[in-house]
Amino acid sequence: MPVPYTKLVIEHFKNPHNVGEIEDADVKVTEGSPACGDMLTLYLKVDPETHVITDVKFRSYGCASNIATGSIITDMVKGKTVDEAMKITWKDAAEALGGLPPVKVHCSVLAADALHSAVEIYMEKTGLVKEKQPTTIEKVFQKLSHVINPETGIDIVKSNLIKNISIKDGIIKIDLNIEPDSQFAENIKEEIIERLEFLWDVKEIQVNFMK
Amino acid sequence: MNKVIYLDNAATTPVDRRVLEKMLPFFSEKFANPATKWTSSLSKEVDDYIEEARENIANLLNADVEEIYFTSGGTESDNAAIKGIAWANRDKGSEIISTHIEHEAVLRPLETLARQGFTIKFVPVDSKGFVYPDEVKKLITKHTILISIMHANNEIGSIEAIEEIGKIARENGIYFHTDAVQTVGHVPVDVKAMNIDLLSLSAHKFYGPKGVGALFVRRDTNIAPFMEGGGQERGLRSGTLNSTGIVGLGEAAKIAKAEMAFNEERIRKIRDTLFESIQREIPEVYLNGAEGEKRLSGNLNFVIKGIRSEPLLTTMNERGIVIGGGSACSAGSKEPSHVLRAIAVPDDDLFSGIRMTIGKFNSEDEVMPIVINLKDAVKKLRDLSPFWMKGD
Ligand SMILES: Cc1ncc(COP(=O)(O)O)c(C=O)c1O
Repeated sequence: MPVPYTKLVIEHFKNPHNVGEIEDADVKVTEGSPACGDMLTLYLKVDPETHVITDVKFRSYGCASNIATGSIITDMVKGKTVDEAMKITWKDAAEALGGLPPVKVHCSVLAADALHSAVEIYMEKTGLVKEKQPTTIEKVFQKLSHVINPETGIDIVKSNLIKNISIKDGIIKIDLNIEPDSQFAENIKEEIIERLEFLWDVKEIQVNFMK
Repeated sequence: MNKVIYLDNAATTPVDRRVLEKMLPFFSEKFANPATKWTSSLSKEVDDYIEEARENIANLLNADVEEIYFTSGGTESDNAAIKGIAWANRDKGSEIISTHIEHEAVLRPLETLARQGFTIKFVPVDSKGFVYPDEVKKLITKHTILISIMHANNEIGSIEAIEEIGKIARENGIYFHTDAVQTVGHVPVDVKAMNIDLLSLSAHKFYGPKGVGALFVRRDTNIAPFMEGGGQERGLRSGTLNSTGIVGLGEAAKIAKAEMAFNEERIRKIRDTLFESIQREIPEVYLNGAEGEKRLSGNLNFVIKGIRSEPLLTTMNERGIVIGGGSACSAGSKEPSHVLRAIAVPDDDLFSGIRMTIGKFNSEDEVMPIVINLKDAVKKLRDLSPFWMKGD
């Protein structure tokens, strides 16, 4: 029966490679959320000497092309250095799959986003970041645009949940427009810390909930 | 490959053999344009068949033949009814009452009217997808000109209390339109008893051909023409009639009238067995919409926790089992179903809705293979899911 996917997409979708978790991962990141329709969690294990990715695993709640992209992109980065991995784009993965239907782009970019976020966090954590620019408010906003409000499936920047951000002496203070007793408060706070904690000049992250 | 199991009968149904047989001559020897019936016997013959089809539709709806207008399907009928009433009655008022669970063929025209200055008021629906007639009454003002509420919902199968809603409309001198695309041919419809002024139907939802339908318009209704031109269909819907399609529609209506009670009983049994088995075999599955008589007999809509419906449909399709998603999702949109949203399905589950719709060509024998394959596909996808790691 004809399907809108290439044979390779269907193969990777049916039998995805590198599925699972890594217990002692160096980095774990999650992009997306069930409420926005796609979610992907990626685990990286990197050799501390050579910075070569020795293991990578993922889990996905997403459409067929999201799963297939997760499968092929994890194949592509294994054995590569983090620098090389950073240069692998969604387009490379899509080409390796023999192409993806245009309407499926939105759900398949998540795998590439997760990879780039994970590598970035690894580089921050290990001090590999080359140009040590001081962390700006813009940088924090860009990082927080990956943190999803589980209630709506929309990231906390787009959904205007950020009241104020200040950076002083390595302390980032973030005021959120969320009730302190919201069932999602803890979850959002954790996500924010995971996204920011390894920025080289950040000593402390304070997340305040207020309404 | 084995025979495909088709579980998307709310999207469209295969044409009944008898309907096809009836249609075939109209592609070839019975080709004449029915408009020239006064001078051509070839045309007269075609016209007689068209009038027979009109009668079959009228019989199915308990309408009069002059109240049936042929269209290109449900979408055209909905557009024609809503815009036609709004434009013709603007001097009387500019308020329209509808619901958030209507098909896009109703919602989009309402949006257009809103941009033209009409006020659209939406009656709330409850968590099972039902409209309360009292709530409709509350929204009526002296400016209300039209109430448009669907007979049954295409995603969750809720059957609305349109008889009561029609009564309220009638008492207040307001036109009542119902999109009955999902019910005509499946559920008895009586436009007189149900106080309906306008009703949309579509042939391909009850074993007729695609691209043909009808709009019932009660006599003396003030409505603007929906297609202007040569004046066919008493000036409301111009254009040379799609005689092949119309004859198919008429035959489908005739067959439905005779056989629907029997079919729907069978379909309901298959549906119930199927869902019982799914619930027995797969944990964390829940039904969207109502149980019981107020649900279309062929409709199932449920959430399978922890997995997105799209990869599940893809997996099942690979195995020769065709299932529908919520609705538009599968058409590439990233928006979750507006119907599941309206009945307050939790956000985490909005992309996990599966719709299976049974038709008269399904059989009890298909239940087992569906359930076995579904169970296996669900387990595989749950093993993949980042927030479902229990294995089963
Ligand atoms: C409730 C409802 N209204 C309208 C339509 C549109 O009908 P058609 O496909 O004949 O244009 C459909 C079918 O998709 C439907 O289910």
